Amino acid sequence: MTSTNTELKVIGQQLPDLLLTAHHHMCPGCGEPLALRGCLESISDLGLSQRTIAVAGIGCYTSFSMTTDLDLVQALHGRAPSVATGVKRMLPDSIVYTLQGDGDMVNEGLQEVLHAAARGENITCVLLNNGVFGETGGHMTATTVLGQRTKNSLEGRDPTYHGFPILIGDLIAQLEGAAYVARGSVHNAGSVARTAKMFRRAFEVQMRGEGFSFVEVLTMCPTGWFIPTIEGPQYMQDTLGEVHIMGELKVDGVIHTTDELHAQNVLKAAEMEKALARGGIDT
Amino acid sequence: MKLMEGSEAIAEAAIAAGCRFFAGYPMTPFTELLEHFAKRLPDEGGVCINAESELEAAGMAWGALATGARAATGSTGQGLSLMQESFSEITLAELPLVIFNMARGQQDYYQSTRGGGHGDYRHIVLAPMDIPEAVELTQLAFHLADKWRNPVLVYGDYLLAHTHEAVDVNPIVFDGALPEKDWALDGSLGGTGQSRLVSPLGFEKSGRESPGIEAHLRRISAKHAEISATEVRVESGYCDDAETVIVAFGPPGKFVRYVVAQLRAEGEKVGYVRPITLWPFPTEAVAAAADGATRVGVFELCAGQMIDDVRLGVLGRAPVVGIGGISTDASGFGVGPLLDVEIIRERVFALHRDLPLPSLPDNDRSF
Repeated sequence: MTSTNTELKVIGQQLPDLLLTAHHHMCPGCGEPLALRGCLESISDLGLSQRTIAVAGIGCYTSFSMTTDLDLVQALHGRAPSVATGVKRMLPDSIVYTLQGDGDMVNEGLQEVLHAAARGENITCVLLNNGVFGETGGHMTATTVLGQRTKNSLEGRDPTYHGFPILIGDLIAQLEGAAYVARGSVHNAGSVARTAKMFRRAFEVQMRGEGFSFVEVLTMCPTGWFIPTIEGPQYMQDTLGEVHIMGELKVDGVIHTTDELHAQNVLKAAEMEKALARGGIDT
Repeated sequence: MKLMEGSEAIAEAAIAAGCRFFAGYPMTPFTELLEHFAKRLPDEGGVCINAESELEAAGMAWGALATGARAATGSTGQGLSLMQESFSEITLAELPLVIFNMARGQQDYYQSTRGGGHGDYRHIVLAPMDIPEAVELTQLAFHLADKWRNPVLVYGDYLLAHTHEAVDVNPIVFDGALPEKDWALDGSLGGTGQSRLVSPLGFEKSGRESPGIEAHLRRISAKHAEISATEVRVESGYCDDAETVIVAFGPPGKFVRYVVAQLRAEGEKVGYVRPITLWPFPTEAVAAAADGATRVGVFELCAGQMIDDVRLGVLGRAPVVGIGGISTDASGFGVGPLLDVEIIRERVFALHRDLPLPSLPDNDRSF
């Protein structure tokens, strides 16, 4: 085998405005940096950088507390929504968002996010949902889907033994105080672009003072899923993506069910295939 | 002067001290404090949230504090048990939280002074004996919290929360300038490279000098040693030639002070020590009072918790005897028959004369 010298070329500044460094300690194939990027670019694009306060939970993404160039409160595992409530009530003109994982938000702190939504607290809660406790090494959470293998559901999640997953976005959409609820993903370019729009809409809802907004992002965790890095996006689509359906679950007070979103997604996929056949996609 | 319930006076004192945020969850005998904050804070441009649980109340106060506001939470000891995880971390994040415990008796001495949470942390604990002192110590709590960037707990009880007394609530100006809150967040620094991080973890924003968790914890521990050396508050009386010294805090401390004064008037050589700060505990005052005394009694409305700290102060100078005990009304929330001048007098006198301690009075069990 012959080796070739390849020169690395810098093709542009890849660091988003609101990151102090591009370095992070996430595993290869992790979806969290992509999701964070979507969130931070939305804040920057909307001109909110100098009026935003972030509240972070505890998980792999906690290291972003140090690298995010926003005023930030580091909260306990599960407790970010109540901390964000205290911040927002004292500084009503600021934009306040939480960053939590599924273990943090849906296991430890489920009642926090539900009550914040029910109160119509004018904050945005962001969920990075990969269906496992990534930081502890791949353990079952409340969003782990049936059949999914984790370190404490070795043969796959069994509803008769482990119970059923919680579809948190669907649950929050039912609450009167929730103004905007969406579930995005970062497993392919189209989803990344779609999720960025969801972040924008959520922050716009908060800017208009319409109430609680929620963006869930399905993120890859090949380490916690025990699969090869390169298989992460496909695994995500086939497992989590089939249960936690992507799309806007609540817009302008109208709730969209899983079935509706599923149908929308099938249509979108068909459109994308046609577009690809034509030779390009228009994001 | 205005006739006020203790809970109302404490809420007014907090507002006079600049408290603009309160979050709590109802629980007897704390509930009325929450009610008064809910009624009064909106008038003052503040916020009071009836939180969905004690855990969220602590979290909400945490968020309000991070913006630099004076903020408080509270409950009964049972509710504070639920908040302990946040209290540990709020202490490590160096946020100036004020906590009110309207306790059921004095069963929460350990919880207040040792904490039920994890890690090496301490709270300054102030224990007023009556409503006028509660008005003063509530304001002092906010001052000390800001001075040390450390939580301060005000230990009250059913009697303090529910007794009506004529009091004045005037803002108190305490000596010494407070440090500027140059750590508080307002959201304005995003994208400037100067954004701030309020964290219990000892990390700073990327690219800035970060002490790391070990150095962070050591610095806080050193701060607690400094508080311990400088913030002791205590009242004592008749201890110079006392054969018998009684240690008691809070409203029972006021009862004991009265009983001791009565016995002194009758020629009995008794004295008292009333810790006003439960942490830092007035170890030296207890030691000085025990010097030359024949016995030290501890009167507390629980099975015996503060007695451990008294023993550490007395350090073998004299025998230390618990003369209090568990005493509640039938509901378990209120005041039991042990908190009575005649009954306390009998017990102090029995100790003083080396007579057998009378058995504890029982409540009437009607509820």
